[in-house]
Amino acid sequence: MIDFVSQLPILMIVLPMVAAPICVLLGGRQVTYIAALIVAWCTFAISVACLVQVVQTGPIHYEIGNWKPPYGIEYVVDGLSGFVLMFVSALGAIVLTWGKQSIDAEIPHSKHYLFYATYLLCMTGLMGMCITGDLFNVFVFLEISSLSSYALISLGKSRRAPLAALQYLILGTIGATFILIGIGLLYQMTGTLNMADIAGRLDIEHGGRTLLVAFAFMTIGLFIKMAVFPLHTWLPNAYTYAPSVVTAFIAATATKVSVYAFIRLIFGIFTPDFAFNTHPLDNAMLAMALVGIFVASTAAIYQDNIKRMLAYSSIGQIGYMLLGIGLVSVGGLTATIVHMFNHALIKGGLFMAMGCFALQLGSVKLDDLRGAARTMPWTCVAFAIGGLGLIGVPLTAGFISKWLLLTSCFEAGRWPVAALMLLSSLLALVYVWRVVEALFFAEPSEAAAKAKEAPLSMLIPLYVVIGATVVFGVWTPWSAGLAEGAAEFLFPGGKP
Amino acid sequence: MIAQFSFDFLLGHYNYWIVIFLMMTGFYLVIARGNLIKTIIGLNIFQTSVVLLYVTMGKVSGGKGAPIMPLDSGHDHDDHGEHVPHSLEHGSIGHPPSGRVGHEVTGEGELPSVVQASRNSTHSIENTGELQQPIQLVGFEDHGHTESASHAAEAIYSNPLPSVLMLTAIVVGVATTALALALTVRIREEYGTIEEDEILELDRAE
Repeated sequence: MIDFVSQLPILMIVLPMVAAPICVLLGGRQVTYIAALIVAWCTFAISVACLVQVVQTGPIHYEIGNWKPPYGIEYVVDGLSGFVLMFVSALGAIVLTWGKQSIDAEIPHSKHYLFYATYLLCMTGLMGMCITGDLFNVFVFLEISSLSSYALISLGKSRRAPLAALQYLILGTIGATFILIGIGLLYQMTGTLNMADIAGRLDIEHGGRTLLVAFAFMTIGLFIKMAVFPLHTWLPNAYTYAPSVVTAFIAATATKVSVYAFIRLIFGIFTPDFAFNTHPLDNAMLAMALVGIFVASTAAIYQDNIKRMLAYSSIGQIGYMLLGIGLVSVGGLTATIVHMFNHALIKGGLFMAMGCFALQLGSVKLDDLRGAARTMPWTCVAFAIGGLGLIGVPLTAGFISKWLLLTSCFEAGRWPVAALMLLSSLLALVYVWRVVEALFFAEPSEAAAKAKEAPLSMLIPLYVVIGATVVFGVWTPWSAGLAEGAAEFLFPGGKP
Repeated sequence: MIAQFSFDFLLGHYNYWIVIFLMMTGFYLVIARGNLIKTIIGLNIFQTSVVLLYVTMGKVSGGKGAPIMPLDSGHDHDDHGEHVPHSLEHGSIGHPPSGRVGHEVTGEGELPSVVQASRNSTHSIENTGELQQPIQLVGFEDHGHTESASHAAEAIYSNPLPSVLMLTAIVVGVATTALALALTVRIREEYGTIEEDEILELDRAE
């Protein structure tokens, strides 16, 4: 009899992975939805169970097939990966719960069973990237999640969706190949693929050029997947033309998982000392992050398509996460991890609200959204609360992450960064206010006057997510507390 | 620094030059070509060059072939910092091979050379001193070590792991190409062209 509890880490990955082909075999529209939904919620339950276990007893190491690392592949659930796994599976499950009607409206019915299978595969890939302790496995899961997200994006109604997906595919594949080259060079130097083992064997001091090249390849590859400012070009189109459900899920999770992989790369394999002292990556990252925040937020102000506006805002928000890593302190890293979580909730919630508008109004253009508050008050209020979180108004989750980021800026003595950060929040205020003003105070457009409030089956999950942004803005032990624990775990010696 | 770039250096790393050449060819095609099919082909060349990189690094001189791991191997693993490849380290323990492998070994006469070599290394406890030599990657020989193990260095082994990894990468490459081509078919159905600038023109006209 296998001990069920000890098998939880592998079940978290195997369950959605096996469910995907089963969905294809089942074939029916309703039955696959129910199967996918059950699997997604089970995955979430398992990830919560694992996280609780990590908090109580420390990191879980799972050896696949009982092959001892470094020979076999090892799954590691620690404070950081457990936290990311938890919110990725949570968003995956809740977006699927919310999305039934949106999926029915936007995706051809004959393709539904394939959609659910691909959705589960995407979830598998994203969670696999977090849980695995094997570097090559990261690449494999990265490709699983990427390939399925290209397919998901191409399902969009607009004829531009396939082109957006192809553009993402080309850039994403270049990024993934860069990561693969980096992994190869690391393997060449150490003869092992287990991350902890590589970290033990890597001669950081005398690694020379090969080490630097490996680091550069992997960093650039992950920056592409994260959509860091100059490498972000795939993101706006992909988010704009994808079906609402796909945008809500991918925007909430995909880029954050890449940020997670980047944190692992710096703190788990290469040391912060190598990245930030031997090479001035921290200054480069701060510069890229700040330029990215300003350019993307400014671009967001000028968008008429609100999904595209939120996409640009996502690029800016990735900048804040990079900023936290670039500060090279426990506080900065905590801010990054918290912001990953908070932004997943906020952006997930906002894109879910956009999905409600797309369903009821048939459009996400600013002109058509005018005055929608009269006919769709609940959706509009949810959008407004999410928008406040994006700006970082107190009592919302966005405030917590910005506050942590600001205090660590001061601790690091980087006053100009802090000032620029505050200034950039004003840009967020401008682009959020534009939409809120149109929603609540403008004369209703033709579409908005005829629209009905979104169905309760969509509003409840939407308010669960939006409510969570408020809850985690007031009550922080589960977000900031866990993140701080994870950050301290990564920084064994405190500030280097 | 300049002295490193001698004729021997250039010639000795010829496979790396091929990798770089292929990679840049593919990369250039991806960036410069507006035709979607050509872009995809470029992407494919780019991915394939990495396969060659891995296969190159999989060549190992001074190896002893793959030893057969004893069943209880790994329980005693605590070898951080020791630059001894695991396979050799555990191969030299000399435990009897597992049941399945033992069965394979019965056909002594027709043994493939790799199994033969691994059998040798699993049973040669007296050779541990020699086995402690770190594996040398071809093209990255450390000459001090190579001389002492020159007879071993003559044989070049293929480390199976990079090849296996590349099997996975090839599958990923096939999937990527298939998906990209499928998307191109859909784009052509919608726009009637696969030239990127013409598509963007059509989008602007909308």
